[in-house]
Amino acid sequence: MTILNNSDEIKKSEIELINHHEDYRIFGLIIFLIADGMTFAGFFAAYLTYKAVNPLPEGSIYELELAIPTLNTILLLVSSATFHKAGKALVNQKNDISQKWLLVTASLGITFLICQLYEYFNLPFGLTDNLFASTFYALTGFHGLHVTLGTLMILIISWQTRINGGRISYKNMFPLEAVELYWHFVDGIWVILFIILYLY
Amino acid sequence: MLNKSYYLIPIISIIIGISFWIGFSVNLLPEEASINAPIYDELFKILFIIGLILFIGMTALVIYSLFKFRKKEGEFGDGIALEGNLSLEIIWTVIPSIIVLFVGIYSYNIYDRMGGMNELNHNHANMNANDEKIWAGISQGNNSNSGLGETAIEVSAMQFAFLFNYPQGEFISGELHVPVDQEISIKMESKDVIHAFWIPEFRIKQDIIPGQPTILNFTPTRIGKYPIICAELCGPYHGGMRASIIVEDKSDYEKWFNQNNKTNL
Amino acid sequence: MTILIDNKTKVKESLQPKGFLRYFSFSLDHKVIGIQYLVCGFLFYLVGGTLASAIRIELISPLSDFLPRDVYNQVLTLHGTIMIFLWIVPVVNGAFGNYLIPFYVGARDMAFPRLNAVAFWLIPPSGLMLIASYFIEGAAQSGWTAYPPLSITTPQSGQIIWILSVLLLGGSSIFGGINFIVTILKLRRPGLKLMNLPMYCWAMLGTSILVVLSTPVLAGTLILLSFDIVAHTGFFNPALGGNVVVYQHLFWFYSHPAVYIMVLPAFGLVSEILPIHCRKPLFGYTTMVFSIMGIVVLGLVVWAHHMFTSGTPPWMRLFFTIATAFIAVPTGIKFFNWVATMWGGKISLNSAMLFSCGFIINFVFGGITGVALAQVPFDIHVHDTYFVVAHFHYIVYGGSVFVIFSSIYHWYPKVVGKILNENLGYLHFALTFIGFNLCFAPQHWLGLNGMPRRVAEYDPQFQFVNQISSIGALLMAISTIPFLINIFISFKKGKIAGNNPWNGLTPEWLTTSPPPVENWEGEAPLVNEPYGYGKDYLSCK
Ligand code: HEA
Ligand code: HEA
Ligand code: CUA
Ligand SMILES: [Cu+2]
Repeated sequence: MTILNNSDEIKKSEIELINHHEDYRIFGLIIFLIADGMTFAGFFAAYLTYKAVNPLPEGSIYELELAIPTLNTILLLVSSATFHKAGKALVNQKNDISQKWLLVTASLGITFLICQLYEYFNLPFGLTDNLFASTFYALTGFHGLHVTLGTLMILIISWQTRINGGRISYKNMFPLEAVELYWHFVDGIWVILFIILYLY
Repeated sequence: MLNKSYYLIPIISIIIGISFWIGFSVNLLPEEASINAPIYDELFKILFIIGLILFIGMTALVIYSLFKFRKKEGEFGDGIALEGNLSLEIIWTVIPSIIVLFVGIYSYNIYDRMGGMNELNHNHANMNANDEKIWAGISQGNNSNSGLGETAIEVSAMQFAFLFNYPQGEFISGELHVPVDQEISIKMESKDVIHAFWIPEFRIKQDIIPGQPTILNFTPTRIGKYPIICAELCGPYHGGMRASIIVEDKSDYEKWFNQNNKTNL
Repeated sequence: MTILIDNKTKVKESLQPKGFLRYFSFSLDHKVIGIQYLVCGFLFYLVGGTLASAIRIELISPLSDFLPRDVYNQVLTLHGTIMIFLWIVPVVNGAFGNYLIPFYVGARDMAFPRLNAVAFWLIPPSGLMLIASYFIEGAAQSGWTAYPPLSITTPQSGQIIWILSVLLLGGSSIFGGINFIVTILKLRRPGLKLMNLPMYCWAMLGTSILVVLSTPVLAGTLILLSFDIVAHTGFFNPALGGNVVVYQHLFWFYSHPAVYIMVLPAFGLVSEILPIHCRKPLFGYTTMVFSIMGIVVLGLVVWAHHMFTSGTPPWMRLFFTIATAFIAVPTGIKFFNWVATMWGGKISLNSAMLFSCGFIINFVFGGITGVALAQVPFDIHVHDTYFVVAHFHYIVYGGSVFVIFSSIYHWYPKVVGKILNENLGYLHFALTFIGFNLCFAPQHWLGLNGMPRRVAEYDPQFQFVNQISSIGALLMAISTIPFLINIFISFKKGKIAGNNPWNGLTPEWLTTSPPPVENWEGEAPLVNEPYGYGKDYLSCK
């Protein structure tokens, strides 16, 4: 009979490995991000198809300024780095430093959103002007929603990283790691979006 | 298992025989009234026979095993602990692959004979907004020049009717009149939602897509009146969205055309 | 979220309501959630089936007389949506997946029990919302495919509610998918190897991959569609420069994989049921695993076979024809393996087995018409006709629904502890099988001869065949009665099942019936040969 009923065959360390929770919560998050990425992939596919087969009517305006989005790209890339710093500080049990880096990241996120709003208000086209305009707003808006959510979560975890009584510490890294992964993902999407929408 | 396979030969032949017999004697299709129809029916017959062989074979296997290997009253114990057999696995991977490949190539050939592989002006690459993009349904013959053949008729579909515009005569008709044995080319446009143009007796169908004119070519071969059916859900009266195509011999068609013709008034 | 696998930490049992009430609670127990999925799905099936009966009653006569025309379209839209998103998908994935997967991997619960409960509780409200939309301004009436521009121009409140509830159901299914992937890959009992998992785990892994990759695309598409409806953007509205074919591509990018989401778990369930009742190991385990993964990969690249008449370029039609037809190869491998599993066995011909064999026969039929549909020239004639309706009912009803019934007969003893009455089971099978074939076989002829789908009125020449079809539908409705009677009577008076009534070797049979809260009193058994029949593992009764 191969139906075993004893743990003696299995080393204790093996069992402990399996019981390591953070492991599979992050894994679950990765799968979720893949799913989320597929939503963006659908939008990108639609955008590229439109671009290939639905040329805009003569006289439509779809000029995009590059200055703000380039600034935004830099903001987001820097914010990925600062978030990374925050994580490192937490590992070294320096909660106050970690919290500061998180706040820097959050303010970068907020700046990004302000810049994007500024860009929206200064664009020469509105949501329903033409196909390009609609897709532009849908894509950047959906991404902006992700940034907003991420910024809120960063603010929450930065509160929880405070020195006394915070829920997050080097012993409980999961919330910070999860948000960090999410934030890098949102950055990555922005880079693709920037290339496809603004440069291509 | 394999060494006893000669038992299978008569059984398989019987199944194949029955399938061929059914395939050739049962007609599931409506009248053939265009050049397309006999080509289509040829494909149908082959697919029908292959399908029958596979279906009868699988059903026979299942029912036979149910009876043959049924646990008898009061019998205990398990069947043989057989977990796999590589040569069998290979056989039933290869045979379906061959069938599928054969069917694929054959239907490509059919499709080509129907004219489906003719590229009309369908290159998106160097197109600008003012060019009309025309998409093709199937088309027979060689009309790669413009897509519009000898008898060009414009079809416009709307909720819930078809209208047929004869540009040479500058008139609009509610019925589609066409001469027999002559290639007809229609250009279809929709005014509101998606419709579809289907003539079962011709075995052709093409969606009529708003913002995207489509072309369909066909050659009727039999005089008569056939239904044109809208086959894409287009609203509450979708079921009632029908028209007729009237295939006439050339003189009748010309008579009808001249009666309606507005150019020589 | 912390439920450990070792038996020291227990789920907080005392906090959960006991007895019948826990099925109405936010329970975290995977078995309770599984039952919730099943019962909820079945109730929606009765709603969807009643709508189907309304369709068949309308089609008894060629005129549009029983239902007003727009109501007919609402009915068929709700029927399709309910049957797919609220019956088949939640039941073959959610219900059986939640009940069985933790047993199969030797875990005490799913990886994320709370997420699991959330995923379930998204379903009832969105389902009720969908049904309620009928009473506001009329439900959505553009078919379950919701092709624009029709879906943009029909009454909007119904369409918006439809979009909202499909989004919620999609979210539920993504959460479920994440949970299954993590549970199967990470929560396996120490010592249990991937290639020793019961086949249903592989089927669920494949399905969940499809769910995670394709459902979000549908969500994105429906968001764009709702913008078109509410904010008057023009993504899919040609009047504003949009492109309706893009919607079709995006929609089918989800909805073709969705058909494998509906059928792969059913394949897995059959692979569990057949070996037990045939007393033989599952034939060709490894090829079965590879064919599942083959179907997953191919299933992602065949979507445009639903669009052969929508003006796709010739090369695209050709590619999608070949890719689609090739799915017959991995699928065929599975069917031949099942027959080989039966071959030389000691088969008990009980209700579970009958429904499984009915499934094989029906599905082969539906699959073969599917391969015919994949051929462009063939499809051009029958697209959007009753031939297609017949094809997919052979697969979704003759396939998935038959497997669901088979599974209920098979696992009811485990879940309830009582065995279902066999005679009522035979009656149920006979009525279902005859009614089903009577209803859907004639529809092939209807389609070939010129009856389009989604019509409330048709050519009088088709009346006789439609009436036969309606009689079949009536038989199917009647067949539900012995089944329901059986479920209730056996619950009260059924024969006590014992822990392992079928002498099964898969892990769920190695615990008590019904199983305790954390699945096993002691440690989870390590089952390395879930199909080791004929090897004297169990002393035979
Ligand atoms: C569970 C659901 C399910 C499943 C599993 C399938 C499986 C398949 N389907 Fe089906 N299909 C639907 C549900 C499903 N379908 C639905 C709902 C629609 C309509 C949607 C709508 O418009 O509303 C549809 C429509 C549909 C179309 C579009 C028709 C049209 O609208 O014009 C096509 C065309 O290619 C198609 C093909 C196939 C093929 C090739 C398979 C294959 O996977 C089948 C493979 C199986 C076998 C072939 C049988 C077993 C194999 C053997 C015994 C081996 C030997 C066989 C051969 C060599 C052929 N289906
Ligand atoms: C996925 C699963 C699924 C299932 C299980 C079914 C089950 C059934 N379907 Fe369904 N059907 C679809 C999915 C499904 N269908 C889809 C996706 C469409 C396309 C929609 C579209 O075009 O957008 C469709 C469309 C469709 C049509 C075509 C409509 C049209 O195009 O105009 C028809 C017509 O006959 C039909 C009939 C039936 C019948 C008779 C059943 C029967 O099997 C149902 C049997 C069950 C019961 C009858 C319920 C149980 C009994 C009771 C509750 C007792 C009380 C009963 C009475 C009041 C009579 N269906
Ligand atoms: Cu027009 Cu249906
Ligand atoms: Cu498909």
